[in-house]
Amino acid sequence: MSMIEIKNLHKYFGELEVLRGIDLTVSESEVVCLIGSSGSGKSTLLRCINFLEEKNEGEIYIDGQMVTAKEINEIRQKVGMVFQRFNLFPHMTVLQNVMEGPITVKKMDRKKARELAMTLLEKVNLLDKANEYPAMLSGGQQQRVAIARSLAMEPKVILFDEPTSALDPELVGEVLGVMNDLAKEGRTMIIVTHEMGFAKEVADRVIFIHEGQIAEEGTPEDIFDRPENERLQNFLGQILV
Amino acid sequence: MDAVINNSIEFFKTVVEFAPKFIPGVVLTLQLAFFSIILGMIIGLVVAVLKLTKYKWLKKIMDVYITIVRGTPLLLQLYFIFYGLPSLGIMIDSFPSAIIALALHNGAYISEIFRGSIESIDYGQREAARSLGMTKWQAMKRVVLPQAFKRSVPALGNQFIIAVKDSSLASVITITETMLLARQFSAATFNVFPIYFTAGVYYLIITMGLTKVLSQVELKLKVNER
Repeated sequence: MSMIEIKNLHKYFGELEVLRGIDLTVSESEVVCLIGSSGSGKSTLLRCINFLEEKNEGEIYIDGQMVTAKEINEIRQKVGMVFQRFNLFPHMTVLQNVMEGPITVKKMDRKKARELAMTLLEKVNLLDKANEYPAMLSGGQQQRVAIARSLAMEPKVILFDEPTSALDPELVGEVLGVMNDLAKEGRTMIIVTHEMGFAKEVADRVIFIHEGQIAEEGTPEDIFDRPENERLQNFLGQILV
Repeated sequence: MDAVINNSIEFFKTVVEFAPKFIPGVVLTLQLAFFSIILGMIIGLVVAVLKLTKYKWLKKIMDVYITIVRGTPLLLQLYFIFYGLPSLGIMIDSFPSAIIALALHNGAYISEIFRGSIESIDYGQREAARSLGMTKWQAMKRVVLPQAFKRSVPALGNQFIIAVKDSSLASVITITETMLLARQFSAATFNVFPIYFTAGVYYLIITMGLTKVLSQVELKLKVNER
């Protein structure tokens, strides 16, 4: 069954057409990596899915439900989002960050939310940091908290917007490790990434976006070992050197 | 030399004599400052949040309010409410008039303080909150405002001190707060210097106390911030 269905998506920033007709279907439990040079529209595509950017044309369905401004708060509960700059709430402890969604949005009772948050923190290996504030944590730890925070809403899909781009190189591994675990659990994930090694290892499908369109898509082997599109070949040539 | 010593003794005698007589006025000053700060904060918060909504007409109304209050003297605003409104048939006693004028006045400035600090919060915070499924208002209340409030404390402290001193203008609408008492005492005794000196000391005590409280608050809020 398709978890996300995008039909003919167009997005403009003023005169500039950033997304020029994207069609994309993501099935349940599928891990899709979006790659492409900066400015290609991959982050915009991701942000359109949970309406952080308003699309200009086209339709998006999540779990069979059309994404509209009216039902967006309900839909966003099904779609987790992890940001490049973590965006943890600095005035709350790690534990409070993770509990915040369930308590405020789902009206879960505190005790239950706390249990849930502790389980998730254990999963991302940060149980010992539960009562620290985000400012005390390294970037990699903060990003793992952000992942736990999005998991707390029990989303059907998780969107990752360059989750390791703001990290020091030695901290990338711990975040990718957690994401790898999530992929193994059968979570549906869409990941905008520059980590080609990770994409190769974890993705079921890799999509190369160029100038607002899907220029090529396929299995990691297709994309990385047998790229057909000339732009993709150039792009890979630049990164893999 | 003897004259200087005698004058000094006379000076402190007057200060000691009049200091307790100021107490009722100081209490009024404290009341005026307290209510105008609390109400000013409420007005300021409401106005700041309304200004950030998508409704253009609401924003316009708030802009008009801020423009009028910031663009005219507080003295005029006090006269207008106490002496002006009765000609329209609206009679308000002097104390509530003073509170209304001072609260509206402080509210306009405080709303700009809040708006500035709300807008200074990284947009990613709102996006993170919204992407959890929070409504705009939930994101504002749970995520943006607590952080914005923290950032506005230093500027608020400034405004609170101004509010304490501005409360002295309420004397023009018959409120016998510290400054009006000082005027009355000095008119009765012709002993201007020690009496205004005493009033000044009272204001200093109030504003220094306020500063101390505010820096404690700031310290407490800052603990976990980077």
